[in-house]
Amino acid sequence: MHTTPEAVIAILGMALVTIAVKASGLLLADRLPRDGFAAAWLRHIPGAVLAALVAPALVTGSPAEVVAAVATGGIFILTRNLFAAMAAGVATVYLVRLLIAG
Amino acid sequence: MSTLAAPYRFSDQFLAGARACVPVAISVAAYGLVWGVLARGAGLSLIEVVMMSGLVFAGSAQFVALDLWTATPSSLPIGPLILAALIVNLRYLLLTATLRPLYPEKGLWRGALSMYLVTDENWAMTVAAMARGGSSVAFLMGGGALAWISWMSTNLIGYGLGSAIDDPARWGLDFAFTATFLALLLGMWKGRGDIVPWLVAALTAIATAQFVEGSWHILVGGVAGSLAGALVEVRKHAHHA
Repeated sequence: MHTTPEAVIAILGMALVTIAVKASGLLLADRLPRDGFAAAWLRHIPGAVLAALVAPALVTGSPAEVVAAVATGGIFILTRNLFAAMAAGVATVYLVRLLIAG
Repeated sequence: MSTLAAPYRFSDQFLAGARACVPVAISVAAYGLVWGVLARGAGLSLIEVVMMSGLVFAGSAQFVALDLWTATPSSLPIGPLILAALIVNLRYLLLTATLRPLYPEKGLWRGALSMYLVTDENWAMTVAAMARGGSSVAFLMGGGALAWISWMSTNLIGYGLGSAIDDPARWGLDFAFTATFLALLLGMWKGRGDIVPWLVAALTAIATAQFVEGSWHILVGGVAGSLAGALVEVRKHAHHA
């Protein structure tokens, strides 16, 4: 059971901004844009952040990672199951690395 | 809860909300398990896992935080971590605003505290119940409490599983991050309107990662991609109108 001041500050900061955003939605409910540019922008943020997170990891990866990414995507589209998709990706990267090394 | 002239008891509605959220709590549990395993790999301590899941309680933001996290405190990117949580969670503005009809005209500040328990899952069930005319703050809280318990407990189980593995890279587990994020991304697919924002985000992030150290490519790509998506959407609507 250990932590550091840096980690506590980061986590408390994350918690504060999260509850602030959630509470602001309710408090400003009557004044927020329901459609138009700002609303569309907010809706697109999560997908764009995840795409920005995944893309560099894939282009800098080895062929094993690229093959595993295809397997991950394929299994997720078939099963819609996050855990199955992750397991397929991990298993594929493990096997392809074995094949390449051997 | 006597402020509303509603013919229900708080406990009944609380339990009804929890019951309605059982199916989605199962999906929360699956994500929670994965997050716990990855948190162990990212170098979070047990107390940090408890603090983050208990206080932040926001799945997507916590997944992004794991990618930014470093085990050495001196290099922990505190600013990017907080900024990323803010940006990833900004969409909650739209979600919690739709819950306004559940609350009385006055005393909204007290209601603001209850927003802590709002997640994508119990929000969706509450809005569906609102459309049928049978929802309340207690219903929202019941679902939120169940989601919280499900998230926290599976995070801890996942963390325990993660610590049973000594060398993650040997088993391909270093790829678990990328695989999880890729699956989370695909789960967000809503249609062709996502192509432009995702592509712009990916290309901007790749270019930024080449020139800027650290994790800024996530924020730069995320903001650029979402703005591009909004631009396309608004222009298309203008075109049709």
